[in-house]
Amino acid sequence: MSQIFFYCTLVLYGCATALYLGYLLHTTQGMATWASRLVTTGFVTHSLSTIHRFNSAGYLPITNMHESLSFFSLVIVGTFLLFVRKYKIAILGSFTIPLALLMIIASSSFPSAIHELNPALKSGWLWVHTTMAFVSYATFTIAFGAAVIYLIQQHFLKKKKFGALFQKLPSLDTLDDINYRCLTIGFPLLTVAIISGAIWAEKAWGTYWSWDPKETWSLITWFIYAALLHGRMTTGWRGKRAALLSVAGFLIMLFTFIGVNLWLPGLHSYK
Amino acid sequence: MNIIVVGLSHKTATVEIREKVAFSPNQIEKPLRELVSLDEIVEGVIVSTCNRVEIYATTRDIAGGIARIKRFMAEYHHIPFGILESHLYSYHSETAIRHVFRVASSLDSMVVGEPQILGQIKTSYGYAAEYKSSGIILNRFLHKAFSVAKRVRTETKIASSAVSVAFAAVELAKKILGNLSDKTVMLIGAGEMCELAAKHFLNSGVRGVMVTNRTFERAERLAEEFDGEAVRFEELFQHLHRADIVLSSTGAPHVIIGPKDVEDVIKRRRFKPMFFIDIAVPRDIDPKVDDLENAYLFTVDNLQEIVQANLAQRNLEAEKAEEIISQEIGQFFKWLSSLEVTPTIVALRNHFDEIRKAELEKTLANWKDLPNDGEKRLEALTMAMMNKLLHTPTTVLKKAGQGGRVDLYVDGLRQLFELEAAPEETEELELEA
Repeated sequence: MSQIFFYCTLVLYGCATALYLGYLLHTTQGMATWASRLVTTGFVTHSLSTIHRFNSAGYLPITNMHESLSFFSLVIVGTFLLFVRKYKIAILGSFTIPLALLMIIASSSFPSAIHELNPALKSGWLWVHTTMAFVSYATFTIAFGAAVIYLIQQHFLKKKKFGALFQKLPSLDTLDDINYRCLTIGFPLLTVAIISGAIWAEKAWGTYWSWDPKETWSLITWFIYAALLHGRMTTGWRGKRAALLSVAGFLIMLFTFIGVNLWLPGLHSYK
Repeated sequence: MNIIVVGLSHKTATVEIREKVAFSPNQIEKPLRELVSLDEIVEGVIVSTCNRVEIYATTRDIAGGIARIKRFMAEYHHIPFGILESHLYSYHSETAIRHVFRVASSLDSMVVGEPQILGQIKTSYGYAAEYKSSGIILNRFLHKAFSVAKRVRTETKIASSAVSVAFAAVELAKKILGNLSDKTVMLIGAGEMCELAAKHFLNSGVRGVMVTNRTFERAERLAEEFDGEAVRFEELFQHLHRADIVLSSTGAPHVIIGPKDVEDVIKRRRFKPMFFIDIAVPRDIDPKVDDLENAYLFTVDNLQEIVQANLAQRNLEAEKAEEIISQEIGQFFKWLSSLEVTPTIVALRNHFDEIRKAELEKTLANWKDLPNDGEKRLEALTMAMMNKLLHTPTTVLKKAGQGGRVDLYVDGLRQLFELEAAPEETEELELEA
């Protein structure tokens, strides 16, 4: 059952991505409307798939690569839907939904069998630590999407290229605003995720911090976003600089999330 | 009944001619009344803008009605008929409907897609409705034209992009600064285009305007006009950081704003972006300003490019609009034709009934030994004959009314039986806001 919903979601996200990418090239509003409908339906089937898996496994399905990539994709789409509701910028989907699709495709390439839960993960902290981390990652993904659009739009403005895509992209101000909003939501969540992780580590492994690769890279991610937030709040950093830092932050975050799990063995490697 | 259009526009007449035949809205009652008092004309609406003067009317006699309106326009404005006539165009029936739909949808405008024309036609129709010069057909016709224009506006992008330099500047500013309601404009120097742009910005709801000029009095005067603040030219850089939008057109021989100045100003603004438009030749603002982060400099040429691109886009959209209009014409024409059917049937029946009654009376008057129920029987007999005779033509006519090619039948019947026009039912349609 969970698998059926999972593959439905895969197809729906795939079609939505095609439409969102098509929307970049064509000026038909209908494409964006349908893309949004497909993505919303996909979010529902994705949630059902996740809930079903949760019920049959008895734990939050984020304990291996298959589960956590799928969960990440789910949270990205959920966050995207919230932001689109608020800012009414369909084109944000052209830059974030393809990422969600990539995540769920990657997820499907890992074995999906339900295993007995690793005893180390049997803890209420799993909930706090991981959901906080995932939601913060998702907001950073949205920030990344907005930052990419910002850079494109800024390029058009500086090069004085006023084509159809320029007309369709939102204003720099809005994009910068989204970026800032994401940062003010994502950064505290990431902080909570790291602190709760440390507390949990103390309980489970007896030490708050053990410089495990995941911990190190999380800290690097945290510093990047801390620098960005600090720059924004004290000296009024914004615009291109903020957009570039968001892109850098996102790439490092992605490495923290996926790269570390795959290539840097440590305490956090749950494959 | 036929719809006819007679008029001239920027396409057929120069402004010298147009202003001579323009009807002033303050005195529109007189020509409207004169128009509908003409024998050939039943209903009439006069549309008079700076780009076109047109009369929409209904008539039974297309050629006569058109000729009469042409004469009316020449006589009313005391222009020799020969001179005026060469500038006039006229349309009737389907072409007239298409013309008015196109005009209302701004497809016939000098700047295709400009939004004013619809409002102007609505106002003109408002006068006609007020002075009762428009009736059931023109009421319905113009309301249809308004709804067609609305459909064109919502279903095509014909009016969605800026096609004047000043408006393009506003659109561009929005692409950078987003909402303009908390933004301030700084106007440096004077110049028609700058002032026009400033007005557009004010209309788009900017918070305030600062004006500076080498002659402070001039700045004060302009500031007053914009309800803004005058700034001494020497103090420009003490105030520039408060401006989000800078419009510059001085006659200065050198640049007055350099990259270093802007860098300082932007730092002082905590990197809030600034939008510059340089209209001056030679330039007021160093082009290097555009290389700075969060500073965006545009010249008139840039704006002109946007306008050109938008115009090209509009022409594409205009094709979609023509399709919409073609669909709507068919619908309206059907209604117009069906309108003729009922009064014609009524007139035909009345005509037959009159003959029947007259003949019956004659017969009864001379019939001495008529049985008791004879009158009743004769009455029933003649009625039945008349109904039977009329049954087929009535059904055929009604059917034709739904098909749309009814005007031939109606015309034929009216001429064959010399039917009078049945009194039109009066229908008051509420004027759209």
